[in-house]
Amino acid sequence: MTTKIRLDRTHLHHLWRQMLRIRRFEARCVELYQAQKIRGFLHLYDGEEAVAVGVASALDPGRDAVVATYREHGQALAWGVPMTTLMAEMLGKVEGCCRGRGGSMHLFDRRRRFYGGNAIVGGGLPLAAGISLADKRLRPGAVTACFFGEGAVGEGVFHETMNLAELWQLPVLFVCENNLYAMGVPLADSEVETDIRRKAQAYRMPAEQVDGMDPVRVEDAVRRAAEHIRGGHGPYFIEARTYRFRAHSMFDTQAYRTRDEIEGWKRLDPIERLRAWMVANHELSDAEAASIEAAVDAELDAAVAFAEAGTPEPVDQLERFVTMDEVVQETQP
Amino acid sequence: MNEPVRMTYREACRQAIRDALHADPRTFVLGEDVGRYGGCYAVTKGLLEEFGPERIVDTPLAENGFTGLAIGAALAGLRPLLEVMTCNFSLLALDQIMNNAATLPHMSGGQFAVPLVVRMATGGGRQLAAQHSHSLEGWYAHIPGLKVAVPGTVEDARHMLAAALADPNPVLIFEHVVLYNAEAELDSGVSAVDLQHAKLRRAGRDVTLVTYGNGLPKCLAAADVLAGDGIEAEVIDLRMLRPLDMPTIVGSVQRTRRVVIVDEGWKSGSISAEIAARLAEDALYELDAPIRRVCSREVPVPYAAQLEEAALPSIDGIVAAVRSIVPRRD
Repeated sequence: MTTKIRLDRTHLHHLWRQMLRIRRFEARCVELYQAQKIRGFLHLYDGEEAVAVGVASALDPGRDAVVATYREHGQALAWGVPMTTLMAEMLGKVEGCCRGRGGSMHLFDRRRRFYGGNAIVGGGLPLAAGISLADKRLRPGAVTACFFGEGAVGEGVFHETMNLAELWQLPVLFVCENNLYAMGVPLADSEVETDIRRKAQAYRMPAEQVDGMDPVRVEDAVRRAAEHIRGGHGPYFIEARTYRFRAHSMFDTQAYRTRDEIEGWKRLDPIERLRAWMVANHELSDAEAASIEAAVDAELDAAVAFAEAGTPEPVDQLERFVTMDEVVQETQP
Repeated sequence: MNEPVRMTYREACRQAIRDALHADPRTFVLGEDVGRYGGCYAVTKGLLEEFGPERIVDTPLAENGFTGLAIGAALAGLRPLLEVMTCNFSLLALDQIMNNAATLPHMSGGQFAVPLVVRMATGGGRQLAAQHSHSLEGWYAHIPGLKVAVPGTVEDARHMLAAALADPNPVLIFEHVVLYNAEAELDSGVSAVDLQHAKLRRAGRDVTLVTYGNGLPKCLAAADVLAGDGIEAEVIDLRMLRPLDMPTIVGSVQRTRRVVIVDEGWKSGSISAEIAARLAEDALYELDAPIRRVCSREVPVPYAAQLEEAALPSIDGIVAAVRSIVPRRD
């Protein structure tokens, strides 16, 4: 069986390191935002790391594809997009993964089949269905993972895509990151049916709910889902219950939720929980933890240095890539 | 020797689709009622039987969903050919067309092309009232990243699709509903068109008529009427609303020194407004008379025949506009 997780020391450390990379990347982004080196909207992933890491660990980046939302730094890092090019994109440099044209909300990496960063809620869902339709014909066995928040289930295109994916038995994995609030509106204030699984089940799609604060549980569910999808049995739906520890964006005062609620969820911090579990089970020594943390910090320092040393795209290049005529000519043999 | 072939605009569209499906296994047709029904304007009639359900795909009524799906399929290597019943319905897919198809190439720093073709019916004249009769191609021409094709002849209907499918960018093709039954003999010497150039459809020294789509037959008819008065009108068929071939328009205006723009869109904020503005910016001193425009009246297109006719550009209206700026030659 390929679906079982091998919970050996190496893999546990991998999961922990990946979550830590995301958490510290976000912290550094806040510093750079306060220094006004990162501008625009900045949506941080703190608290939700287990979802992206669990999904990426169960799939095969580059063979499989991802469509993500505007809160996608974590997915990009977990999927293997280099931290250097991500940080350069955050700073709007030509060395960034989108040459400074996308920014925080629009990270893309063609080589790794990372199809962005989509900032229209629900806008990525039909894209993922279409990518999976192409894969069904051109790359049998590939899975497209489509991330979206629970707010997206209010959009008509969510329902259109659920129907199309199941109707045409598309190899797509829907990952609903249910962090309980669509910006400031709790699910129960906007939806009649708050059990999101049931919406997928209404389209006869297999659906399950998973603890999104635990990367092992997420990975386990995604391995099950991937086996279903790669077996040609159509799409699969996972609702990951999670929570964002920080505000929606840098402009959010969080008047809509209580300090107690936030503190309650922070006790489920996926990084701290996994660390405590590994320590209790003798899977992580203090020295190993320190070594992983030092490596993550060094990677971050290098990424920030790379980004800071990057160059702004000359303004005379502004209109490049509006059409792809030039690019396609360049890449033709 | 090839026998000259006579066909309708509808048959030309269908033959172009058939050729495309034979030429590239990555191409497939999807849309509402394209398969079993044969297309709401019968363009895809018979193709399901010929190519099967993998290549001719009936979709649910979910414009935003299936348009986004087509964009995703294009991103990942297929060559989708999407039919949207009418451009009024395309507004349900405007999010995907604008926010994804037109922006992903630029937003991704040139990593992802969206080689998607969307065909849709446009325009009035069949008493279909205000939710099936509008001309929205000018709106789409506003959007960087898209190409907007408006075949106004059977020949262009026959050949523009191949160029659109070969293009790495999203191309929208607007087929005017009144033209579907138009018939013409095809020039066997023409086997391809590009997606860059307007075309001179009739030469004349006194005035330039700039038009596209169903404006073309109206302008040609108006030119016949004017010729009876000794006024020689030049007729330019834009063929593409984005990119706009301004050099061809300006070149003609340099000869005729007068211009009338005929556009079935509403006058306010229309493609005719864009062309007039560019002429004012770049060719004002070539003009000997004010720019005139013949557009749809600013109403939702009504049902009743006489009201609809009054709402749309007419041959009489074009003739009157020309006479208002061309001195009589007697």
